[in-house]
Amino acid sequence: MSPIDFVTAGLMFLGAFFGMIAGVGIVRMPDLYMRMQSATKAGTLGILCIVLAAATHFQTADVVIKASLTLLFLGGTAPIASHLIARAAYDSGVELWSKTRDDRGSTGRPAVHEAVDEGADAEGSGDSGTKA
Amino acid sequence: MIPEGGDPGHWLFIITSSVLALGVAASLVRLVQGPTLADRVVALDLIGFLLLGVLAAFSIVTQRPSVLFVVVVAALILFLGTAAFAIYLDRRWKQ
Repeated sequence: MSPIDFVTAGLMFLGAFFGMIAGVGIVRMPDLYMRMQSATKAGTLGILCIVLAAATHFQTADVVIKASLTLLFLGGTAPIASHLIARAAYDSGVELWSKTRDDRGSTGRPAVHEAVDEGADAEGSGDSGTKA
Repeated sequence: MIPEGGDPGHWLFIITSSVLALGVAASLVRLVQGPTLADRVVALDLIGFLLLGVLAAFSIVTQRPSVLFVVVVAALILFLGTAAFAIYLDRRWKQ
């Protein structure tokens, strides 16, 4: 019952807590994109806490290398996967939440749905919305 | 606190895995009732993440550091599966 065991147990509980928060977020959030950020960020943080708990528990070179590899792969690939799904879903027309404010029309850039609709046929004529 | 022999019925593993199982149950709800296919892909991704956490907790409590290899490889394969689903969504939209 060394002090390092308390660090291990605390990191495991913290990781499990973040995993549960990700589950709550994926049910309660109103929108695909909000659900996705909840699942990706909180889920990644949860696993990283538990893997760090493994590194503090075993404290050998091979476990620390495996833990860093997991950290590197998960921290590198989870945002990429989330970005791929978000782009595919947005292109295929998954709706935003009804209370999402789109202020891109007021900053000189085309609004979201104009950009999606006119993206295919207005490329050759040089869309003036992006220049303003 | 953590037994030398490696007991999977230890209270640390019971608590951690049951809290993670709450998250799995919540994302199963989203997997069943998700309005679009992308919702279901995100829910499957989160279930895979949480199972990786259960696996890492198992390797801590049972004192088997080689189980962490499974965590590394499964993290990579999870990314491949999600990327394949994203490409499929993209291709289905373009047709």
